[in-house]
Amino acid sequence: MTKEVQDAFKSGIPIFIGYVPAAIAFGILSKGCEITLLESFLFSAVVFAGASQFIALNLLMTGMGPGGIILTTLLVNFRHFLMSAYLATRIGRIAKRYKFMMAFGVTDEVFSVLSFQKGRLSKPFIFILEISAYTGWVTGTLAGYILGGFLPEILTISMGVALYALLLAMLLPEIKKSVKALILTISSGLLNTFLIKLDFLPNGWTIIVCILVIALAGSFFIVDEVQEEIYE
Amino acid sequence: MNNLILIIIGMAAVTYIPRLLPFFLLSNKQIPKRVDAFLKCIPVAAIGALIIPGVFSATPDMPMAAASGMAFTIIIGLWRGGIIIPVLGSVAVTYLVLFFTA
Repeated sequence: MTKEVQDAFKSGIPIFIGYVPAAIAFGILSKGCEITLLESFLFSAVVFAGASQFIALNLLMTGMGPGGIILTTLLVNFRHFLMSAYLATRIGRIAKRYKFMMAFGVTDEVFSVLSFQKGRLSKPFIFILEISAYTGWVTGTLAGYILGGFLPEILTISMGVALYALLLAMLLPEIKKSVKALILTISSGLLNTFLIKLDFLPNGWTIIVCILVIALAGSFFIVDEVQEEIYE
Repeated sequence: MNNLILIIIGMAAVTYIPRLLPFFLLSNKQIPKRVDAFLKCIPVAAIGALIIPGVFSATPDMPMAAASGMAFTIIIGLWRGGIIIPVLGSVAVTYLVLFFTA
């Protein structure tokens, strides 16, 4: 196994561990909404977007029609447009068919891991990561639907912490190198907290506003240090 | 085709298209410096907002548990670096705190 493949698994495992309990919860909830096993599976296998799937279940229960649910999903998931825009600048020239495949797997966590890799992103790294995430999400959904809450609740809750720990673990080396990266991160978190408290943006858009505002501010003031080394 | 399958297909389309478009709009082109600087700042901006404030409600009934897990990640991450140990350790610490306070 090359170092690159090892690294991909090292980051893929935490994503898998984090996705499984969330997906189990989705499986359980979807069963409670009188959705069939096949439909629940299709949600996770075809849409593959955590938060928006939970929101869709809620909206279904309130009796909202397809148009409203699909529009809400578009809004909730639109942040991935910005994440893909960043990733597109990091993959170099690759065949179109790979772009179609890798775009499907751009989730918050996959994006975060990829963005902290040094140098050009390689296909094996991207696909190992995306497949780990996808496997965790789909198997978790099936397990939740079929087996219900088979894991002790405190274990599931603890496993959910893995996703935050993963983001934090990747961020730490950056923060250690650059105070400005720390300032950007914290400002973005504070802005997000503030926007959520104000409660006027639809779900998912607080993150979009944070990315736009903070990255714009960052691009004016501190472009030289943040991510420079990673990028090249 | 029932309503739910229609919803799933629609959701899949509006999720996939925004994930896909930038790969065709941006690659193989010279990106203006200003835009490039903006794109480079996206990761830290996004991750800041993904962590805060969500992490504070990761263990809703016992915020101390998630906080202990994160403290472990920060200490080990700053000291030794790495991914697996900081992450699995934080899950273990969170679990232990929940287990002994429950």
